[in-house]
Amino acid sequence: MTKYDAIVIGAGHNGLTNAAYLARAGLKVLVVERNPWIGGAAVSREIEKGWMYSNCSYVCSLLRPELFRDLELARHGLQVVPYGGGVSITSNGDILGNYTHEEVQRREFARHNPRDADAYDRYSTDVMRQCKFIRPMLLRTPPDPTSFKPRDLKEMIFLGKELKKFGEQFIYDTLRFYSMSIADFLNEYFESDTIKCHLSGSGIIGSAMGVYSPGTAYVLLHHYMGDVDGSIGAWGFARGGMGAVSKSIANALKSFGGEIVVDAPVRQVIVKGGRVAGVATENGTEYYADVVVSNLDPRRTYTKIFDPKDLPPVIVEKAKNWKIRGSSGKLNIALDGLPEFPALGKDNPLAFGDIHFLDSLEKMERAYDDWKNGTWSKEPYLDLLIPSMTDPTMAPPGKHFMSVFVQYVPPFIHGREWTDADREGFKNTVLDQIGRYSPNFRSLVRHVECRTPRELEAEVGLTEGNIFHGELTMDQLLFNRPFPGYAQYRGPIRGFYMCGSGTHPGGGVMSAPGANAAREILMDLGRPNIVPEGWSDD
Amino acid sequence: MSVKEAMGCKEHFRKAVWETPFHARTSALNIVNQWHAWKDYTTADAFFDEQLEYAAIRNACAVFDLTPMTKHLITGPDALAFLNRLVTRDVAKIRPGMVGYTIWCDDNGQVIDDGTIFHLREGVYRLCSQERQLDWLTRNAFGFDVTIVEDTHDVAGLALQGPTSCAVLKAIGCTGVQNLKPFAIGFFQFHGTELTVSRTGFTGDLGYELWIEPAQALELWDALFDKGKIHGIRPMGTHALEVARIEAGFLAAQVDFHPADQTIMADRSRSPFELDLGRLVDFGKPCFNGRRALLAEQAKGSRYRFVRLDVEGNKPARSAYIYDKDKNVVGTVTSAEWSPSAKKNIALASLHMPWGRPGDELWAEIYYQRELKWYKVMARCQVAEQPFWDPPRKRATPAQDY
Repeated sequence: MTKYDAIVIGAGHNGLTNAAYLARAGLKVLVVERNPWIGGAAVSREIEKGWMYSNCSYVCSLLRPELFRDLELARHGLQVVPYGGGVSITSNGDILGNYTHEEVQRREFARHNPRDADAYDRYSTDVMRQCKFIRPMLLRTPPDPTSFKPRDLKEMIFLGKELKKFGEQFIYDTLRFYSMSIADFLNEYFESDTIKCHLSGSGIIGSAMGVYSPGTAYVLLHHYMGDVDGSIGAWGFARGGMGAVSKSIANALKSFGGEIVVDAPVRQVIVKGGRVAGVATENGTEYYADVVVSNLDPRRTYTKIFDPKDLPPVIVEKAKNWKIRGSSGKLNIALDGLPEFPALGKDNPLAFGDIHFLDSLEKMERAYDDWKNGTWSKEPYLDLLIPSMTDPTMAPPGKHFMSVFVQYVPPFIHGREWTDADREGFKNTVLDQIGRYSPNFRSLVRHVECRTPRELEAEVGLTEGNIFHGELTMDQLLFNRPFPGYAQYRGPIRGFYMCGSGTHPGGGVMSAPGANAAREILMDLGRPNIVPEGWSDD
Repeated sequence: MSVKEAMGCKEHFRKAVWETPFHARTSALNIVNQWHAWKDYTTADAFFDEQLEYAAIRNACAVFDLTPMTKHLITGPDALAFLNRLVTRDVAKIRPGMVGYTIWCDDNGQVIDDGTIFHLREGVYRLCSQERQLDWLTRNAFGFDVTIVEDTHDVAGLALQGPTSCAVLKAIGCTGVQNLKPFAIGFFQFHGTELTVSRTGFTGDLGYELWIEPAQALELWDALFDKGKIHGIRPMGTHALEVARIEAGFLAAQVDFHPADQTIMADRSRSPFELDLGRLVDFGKPCFNGRRALLAEQAKGSRYRFVRLDVEGNKPARSAYIYDKDKNVVGTVTSAEWSPSAKKNIALASLHMPWGRPGDELWAEIYYQRELKWYKVMARCQVAEQPFWDPPRKRATPAQDY
């Protein structure tokens, strides 16, 4: 068996990014993937003939532009197209839209509350300040605040200087912002419940937290800090679906001589003499390398693919305690035509973006209550998009692909496993909600891929179906991600590294964890750094 | 449908930029068809020739459509107390029938916006500003018995600026308008409605601003141009006004300073002292936004100084870096134009302290292009103590016909 310089477990976008940089640095790299396809949760698959689904993740903003450029992903087939729009439709038939024209947007807010229309400027400035603060941190390894190593001290000083640039007030604001709920945050700006619930969605997506749960304000930032071509907070579609992201990174990896083996689920990381030696797959093959990198979430990494005897018990304990709770589901729907939403009127450009059916923060909190009670929300929060309106490659002409992200969906139903009947019930809850706002919707449905946390874990490998590889709360962010003392991508065993969304800066199709981990690995191997670092868009 | 009506309906998005009540006339006169968006409305860059439009401001009179300017009506028993807490100057000194220029700050003493307070009638105020302020005004109204309404779209506004402006107003029936002092407000009957005239403007010259119900807007325009013809009246666009504004040394929000409530980085906003507006800060008032921070700044010193610069040569120093004699960057130009009236190359600039003292050697780095070839000049700058244009007729009361 050939020996590799590095093996990456999992061909998700972060695993591929990590491998691409290691290969580019001259290492002999292998990526092992359990599924017959690559991409992890950044994947497009043709499940219904003629339709390309973005099966899991569905929109793109966080992917670091420095990596997009540096890996020449455009040349490797990636095109990201902004879409604009987005709307919340209320049960009384009113709407609140995101218009791209500043004055139109202001009038839309003023329709609901004139003062809130002006407050939106203040809100945007304050959120933008947080974006500007965090963006330079994304492509950096978080410093260890307990360490006196020169590099950690240097990074802490950098962090302090960054904070100071924004003024004293910002330090107070930031500490509050990272610990408060999205509802409390929005209450400091807005009066209109429609406006508040419209904006609150970004605070709960992917989180097993309600709009009133502390920590959700940061989750909103996590959805705002990306950009499309410098337009911070904008989102786009990867042309051809989110699989195009993974495919382009895989193409980059291959162009650097890296290899990918699919249908190769890892059974165990081989540890010899206190350091990693390779991986053994379920089908009996062993691959050897002195560096093994896991793109799996921290829980899965330390409880499923290691012999616990090879690990310090505290690590196993931390992995078991890792807060990774299933909260979301996904319906991918093939449609025989374009559904009409009467509340939007004809040819409303808002329909190009995310569609929500919302009324109040209260109603959103009730949806979370259902989750706590061990069942899916009876009035779920949907993030619904019709990517085929923008991207002609997603469905045959005149037909459409609808992506529906659903919250809240528990990992277990009243403590027991999901059944197929549960899944059917869940599916109908979602389809019924859409049908209430779109009379012709049900008649257009041709095929539905319905994914509960059960499917997301079984097919994609996300523990409990948590899309972020672990909650984005302060106890699990920055130097705490995944665990205090392990935030610099190194595992507890020599030669073992983490590169997934369970590491800094967290979830989303960002590729930053993969790139940051590659930088650390190259440093340990004594190789020059070739991975983009930092950011200076002020 | 008007923009105000559109705001009440879902379909408003089908039109992003609207026409002011004067559009039927301004569009007919705009033979160069140059427009830009100012808040909700489209507004003329120029009408026929920027230089001639500017010349009309200083030589005869010119009309500018300022309907898009943000306006807030502030009423109620506590209106004065509210405004006094809001802004830095003493609003009690703005008597009924007078206008006062003011600024307002955040709690850190940083300027949010500048504007004018119209004391229309006892206890009835209108605040005109560059930026929309409903959020900030409302947040400042806790505990005050005050009503705040944004009424931008309920009032059509024209600036009539220049030496013959008074003569034109008299000709359309504003009897006695010549007796209005600078910053005074007069009310006149015009075709059965009330025409409000204030002796204010953005040109630093004799001039007035006219306020009327939108339904009467076109009649007002027609009367001005009918009677004004023999007084050399012309329409003017934003470009001509901009030259006059810089000559007068007036600040423009988003140009010469960045509104503090929209500023991301702490060192990018400015205090009143840093905008040379210390005269508008009245520490005699016990409580107003930013007072504590401004007192501290007074004790500790400011970070910036705002200056008027007389720049050598004739190339406008737009966006130029300012250097000291050792080639260190000590500031930037915020506005610059050639001044046709002063025959000087003028600029407004924000300099780091302590630069900008009398006698400091300052240089502007100016880039310009001739036939696609770029040139750079380092131009010596002198700090000017006075506005570049400040004619006695600006203040003379009664105003003359010139």
